[in-house]
Amino acid sequence: MSANSTTEMPLQRQRATTIFQKGAPGRRAFLCPDLDVPAVDPHALLPERFRRAEPPRLPEVSEPEIVRHYVGISKRNFDLDSGFYPLGSCTMKHNPRLHERAAALPGHARLHPLQDPERSQGALELMWNLQEALAEISGLPHVSLQPSAGSHGELAGVLLTRAYHEDRGETRHKVLTPDTAHGTNPATVTMAGLEVVKVATNADGGVDIDDLRAKADEDVACLMLTNPNTLGLFDPNIAEIAEIVHGVGATLYYDGANLNAVMGISRPGDMGFDIVHFNLHKSFTQPHGGGGPGSGPIAVSERVAPFLPVPVVSKREAAEPTGRERVVADRAPTFDLDYGSGRVGSKTIGRLRGFHGNYGCFVRSYAYIRSLGADGLKDASEVAVLNANYLLALLKRKGVAEYLPLAYGELCLHEFVLSGGPMKRDLEIKTLDLAKRLLDFGFHPPTVYFPLLVEEALMVEPTETETKETLDAFADAIAAILAEAVEDPEIARNAPYTTPVRRLDEVTAAKRPIIRQAL
Amino acid sequence: MLDAIGVGSLQEIFDRQIPEAVRLDRALDLPQGQPEQDVYEHLRDLAARNVSSEDELSFLGAGMYDHYVPALIDMLMERSEFLTPYTPYQPEISQGGLQVMFEYQTAICELTDLAVSNASVYEGPSAVAAAGYLAKLHSGGSRFVVSAGLHPHTIGTLRTLAHGYGMDVVEVPLRDGVTDPDGWAQAIDADTSAAIFAQPNFYGAVEDAEALSAAAKAASPERPPVVIAQVDAIALGILKPPGACGVDVAVGEGQPLGNRLDFGGPSFGFFAAREEYLRRMPGRIAGETLDVDGRRGFVLTLQTREQHIRREKATSNICTAQALNALAGVVYLTWLGRRGIVELGELLLARTHYARERLAGLDGVEKLHEQPVVREFALRLDADVAAVKRRCAEQGVNPGVDVHALTGRPEDEGVMLVAITERRSRADIDRLVEVLGEAIAAERATPAERLKAAETAVPA
Repeated sequence: MSANSTTEMPLQRQRATTIFQKGAPGRRAFLCPDLDVPAVDPHALLPERFRRAEPPRLPEVSEPEIVRHYVGISKRNFDLDSGFYPLGSCTMKHNPRLHERAAALPGHARLHPLQDPERSQGALELMWNLQEALAEISGLPHVSLQPSAGSHGELAGVLLTRAYHEDRGETRHKVLTPDTAHGTNPATVTMAGLEVVKVATNADGGVDIDDLRAKADEDVACLMLTNPNTLGLFDPNIAEIAEIVHGVGATLYYDGANLNAVMGISRPGDMGFDIVHFNLHKSFTQPHGGGGPGSGPIAVSERVAPFLPVPVVSKREAAEPTGRERVVADRAPTFDLDYGSGRVGSKTIGRLRGFHGNYGCFVRSYAYIRSLGADGLKDASEVAVLNANYLLALLKRKGVAEYLPLAYGELCLHEFVLSGGPMKRDLEIKTLDLAKRLLDFGFHPPTVYFPLLVEEALMVEPTETETKETLDAFADAIAAILAEAVEDPEIARNAPYTTPVRRLDEVTAAKRPIIRQAL
Repeated sequence: MLDAIGVGSLQEIFDRQIPEAVRLDRALDLPQGQPEQDVYEHLRDLAARNVSSEDELSFLGAGMYDHYVPALIDMLMERSEFLTPYTPYQPEISQGGLQVMFEYQTAICELTDLAVSNASVYEGPSAVAAAGYLAKLHSGGSRFVVSAGLHPHTIGTLRTLAHGYGMDVVEVPLRDGVTDPDGWAQAIDADTSAAIFAQPNFYGAVEDAEALSAAAKAASPERPPVVIAQVDAIALGILKPPGACGVDVAVGEGQPLGNRLDFGGPSFGFFAAREEYLRRMPGRIAGETLDVDGRRGFVLTLQTREQHIRREKATSNICTAQALNALAGVVYLTWLGRRGIVELGELLLARTHYARERLAGLDGVEKLHEQPVVREFALRLDADVAAVKRRCAEQGVNPGVDVHALTGRPEDEGVMLVAITERRSRADIDRLVEVLGEAIAAERATPAERLKAAETAVPA
């Protein structure tokens, strides 16, 4: 197979021109409403010293130009609706369009966050229902929807841990994370004023229990763990891990990035975790938006509940009618924003952002949970695991497994990690080259070079919304690229060929950064 | 598929990996799944129990505003190519998203008159906390000096996060509606990492940003604090931009720029700074470069700042930005255009002035301060704000935000914040004047407590 015979991708390849390089003076899209109040000298209203000297140099373009520009550059993106996106740890599952329609309803989309609670009962009920659902899925009773993304939820979790210990009169400095941890874990720990201590991984890909025992002491505030971990493996020693961590008085934090493997199958609360964050943009299919928005609610155990960020949504059952009220309503419950009036949030760490969290994401994820229900969520996790194991089995074939062996274990849960070490040594192509060549085959590559402890790592997460045919085609593409590399490794080394641009000079971009259009 | 895997059943895959002791031995206690149309109807029914800005004449603001969002933004945000990809880790097939980030950064730099911008952070208040973390990394110190004119959610968020990274927050009160210049200068010393104010401030007043910046630097010339301003992006069409006022880092809430209210999120936070802070910026940054064929392209750059490379030494833990919301932001700014953003600013200025003067002419209403305002202003009512709001609601008018409920400050009893957007015409403002005037008059005649007592006395 030569480089010329690959499939042409329908992505546009003309030279990039920004919107700031288009248009002409005087063109416009926006027509300002007429001045309908008495004219007053604007300089009397806003003195000259507070005024902008020159208008900002924004583009001057018409609506057709804006549409054509942004539709044009959109076609230079690969997206989940166009093809397979097995990006490990990111759970790129289908985004049902019902969710967009529901979130766009004016009652949700045009609701002001400071609307009085009695006039936003629908929103508060939705948030309450989502809190309850997430509590049930995680096995932890109390939920805050406030964090804006996974890393924000992690920060909340570490701050909660700190507050929990401080409340007991203890100052603990260390947070244990496995060396397989996502980079946000250590970064978060530092931002929360604590210190990271790494725990080693054992030969099976789980936490090294001896190392954990050696490092778990009275100065440890918390162990942050992903289970299944970033290798796609469930740690079978989880009960013992929890015992060790709780034994020194520390809390156990669950990074929910991989929750898609275990919904309805196993719950972090039942494993012994105190704090969990969810990624609504992963397991609960909030669209990723090209890098946000996300949403990172947290669920906690009873002992951590007093420290939760506020407000949380509370529910009050309707009182028995007294007969004296003028209107006896249908006795529906009422919902309110609670700032720690009860036990939950009574010793709150405070707020983590403005208003109540990413409500638009709540609408979508709640719609997802309602659509799937208890059985559907479990089914989603089961099929995600089935798909991952099937794809893994396909990649154990001859011509692939000798170059890309599974890094740990035999089976996996929702994702697996291959090592490109043999491929690099025997075929002289790196995981990066394989990833770039996959672009020519019309696939988004898996996550590469993570987790760090696997040489030339390739982390594959197919999700439950892919068909067997897609998985077959992807495995065939990997096999074809490796077969091609046996003949001529240069093809992969210089890939891609069919994309809007080819390999980009990232070194110069970082050395001499150009981060805006020169005007 | 099971044959290929080499197991007898799906259950076997789980049995071999997850210990029975931690497996859930029952079904989740959740409602059963429903067909699409039933879920839609449920969500529609919930939406119908909210009073949105489409259902009433709303003057709510205080951080999020009911601006008109042009239809083309809906269309672009719903495009699969923008809606469904992940962070652009593979730049060769993510040029669309990366170019949007690059254009967005350009627009934010223009708006703020600062040299560098990142590709967005979560939202406004946490952007201030992120700027505080930048200041701590840059200048050390142990304290943030903040104006009491910052949004209460901003101060709250900053306190939460500052406690985490070990900083104190010292509040400088307002005088005549703006940050007290004497208190400001006195509070800042060599141990101050950052001096932070809002422009316009939470009570609507335009601050003397140049004077505050200069005073902050003068208060500690040897070790000047990083001057951080939380700015209203819409007002920057006519207000002197932070870069021209001596501000080092400008951040703010992006919702007014083409994003829905969405009951408070998702929106985006913008984050711009002077060049010297570039390598300490949080979050993603897009940069321009060339490909092997010499074709112009864009990549995520300066990634050595970020958590996936630097781990515990990263400049922030941010992983997810707000790319889709930032897309709406840059498309909105493009739609407004160079002249439009100034025209919009002048329109808001004129209508806000009109509304403020008319409302302040009502019996039982006075301006909280005499400072210039752009799009929002605070009034003091001689009546209980919540009760007045209830009376107005019966007339289909939401007159504004009950400030005391938000800040808890005793001096904010009776204070209401009124926001004007281009959607609120003169006729709307006149209606507000009429309804608010009646509500206050009625409330002063019959305070809510007495009314409530009278109502409950009526037999069913």
